[in-house]
Amino acid sequence: MIEIDRITKLYGSTRAVDTVSLTAETGTITVLVGTSGSGKTTLLRMINRLVEPTSGEIRINGEPTHTVKPHLLRRRIGYAIQGHGLFPHHSVARNIGAVPELLGWPEEKIAARVDELLTLFGMEPAAFRNRLPLELSGGQQQRVGVARALASRPDLLLMDEPFGALDPIIRTRAQEDLRTIQRKLGSTILLVTHDMDEAIRLGDRIAVMDGGRLVQYGPPEEIIAEPATPFVADMVGDAERPMRLLSLIPVSELIETGPAEGPSLAADASLREALSACLWTGREAIPIQRDGVPAGRVTLAAIRARAERHA
Amino acid sequence: MKPGMILRVALIALLLALVLKPEAFTSVFAPFAPEKGPVIYTRSSLLSLSLSHLGLVAVASVAATLVAVTLAILVTRPAGAAFRPLSRTITNVGQTFPPVAVLALAVPALGFGAGPTLVALFLYGLLPIFENAMTGLSTLPAATMEAARGLGLDRWQRLWRVELPLAMPVILGGIRLSVVIALGTATIGSTVAARTLGEVIIAGLLTSNTAFVLQGGLIVGLFAVLIHDALVQLETYLTKRNGRG
Repeated sequence: MIEIDRITKLYGSTRAVDTVSLTAETGTITVLVGTSGSGKTTLLRMINRLVEPTSGEIRINGEPTHTVKPHLLRRRIGYAIQGHGLFPHHSVARNIGAVPELLGWPEEKIAARVDELLTLFGMEPAAFRNRLPLELSGGQQQRVGVARALASRPDLLLMDEPFGALDPIIRTRAQEDLRTIQRKLGSTILLVTHDMDEAIRLGDRIAVMDGGRLVQYGPPEEIIAEPATPFVADMVGDAERPMRLLSLIPVSELIETGPAEGPSLAADASLREALSACLWTGREAIPIQRDGVPAGRVTLAAIRARAERHA
Repeated sequence: MKPGMILRVALIALLLALVLKPEAFTSVFAPFAPEKGPVIYTRSSLLSLSLSHLGLVAVASVAATLVAVTLAILVTRPAGAAFRPLSRTITNVGQTFPPVAVLALAVPALGFGAGPTLVALFLYGLLPIFENAMTGLSTLPAATMEAARGLGLDRWQRLWRVELPLAMPVILGGIRLSVVIALGTATIGSTVAARTLGEVIIAGLLTSNTAFVLQGGLIVGLFAVLIHDALVQLETYLTKRNGRG
């Protein structure tokens, strides 16, 4: 559990971060979202003490961060940044093993961990272990950057716009991979982004920052349905709200019995996909399959009713 | 084999022959020698002069590298930034001061021999290494430096494992420049009795024997070209390995 307790950072008389308090539960993804200059990155960097707070305290599993030497604290916290920041003169294996090496793990244990992570990220260890970062694609470099941040099984993973440098298609895949891996490992992640779509796709909870203040903190549904300030509503985008909301709800919630024609969707698809299928093929209902077995249908009327509830 | 490699091998062979078997070149140099005068320099072995010449350059360059790189590391730390203009001035003065003047001033203090030459070569070599080391250390990729801090490397680990290896090709460029300048400059050390290849050149000038001047000059020139080439190769290799190529 990460507790941020009335943390403030002053630069001269500017309040970059202004008395922010929030708690992130173990095993969840918390996304800090805001425009540039909102203080989100400064807040993130205060957690591993790359920036020292002016006042306030941060506790990781109950232990205040200011009681640990900064470089020792950072070895316990994973850190992945935009543009990956890999060591260009070290092999992929040495990059991923950087923190375990600093922690003095025995060599065989580091090698095993490197191979385990490469496999987890879908990169054949024998083929990638000895390559230099230069010899990887952008998406692969980014995956190695995240693997490096996870190598020592840190209590907490901080990510600063980790997908910012990727093109849209690779970015979507990287986000899905991160979600899958986070679920599998049960990691606690704090991620900074300016992209509300990314926040909604990844966040168990979203913290919206504006002018150094935390303006709203809650699950994505709440941020979309009940924006606390006009700024949050702006970030979500009025026209996008129903679509964003539907993208969070699986079709399994609205399954009913009845006939439906045409190609079917899987039960874990979102209502947004179902709506899109309805509109595109001019159907009133879409058949749904669960594990390849027909499980019922979802109707356009039901989707509309579900979206309207928030009007 | 690439043409560059053939040329390289040919130059090395020529250099070795000139140093080890100078008599073989008698007919080549004869037209430049005065009538009935000696054609090949034999007062001391060219091999021992070459080794002594290279030794002086090596000692001076190693010392200049240690001092210049240390200075560059200090002034690129946040705490040392204030000293940057001062250390620039000092190394600049070292470069502007003519080596001949350094020799003249150093002889009364250090006596004749290798001492004054070492001082002159050392001072003359500081600036290129210092300037390049400072550039190399202050233009490192920002994301990599941020990651190095964020992963928990302490100051020393960042310096040794990240900053110096990444800046090495640029630092090496400065060392190369400095070494090549020193190889040429060392010849004037023979005016104050340092054992260098300058001895051959000076003997030739004093006796109007162009053959001696050519021999000395050719050997120094070949050393400079080949050492320059070797250091360029090393730089290219390091740049590639650093993933900046």
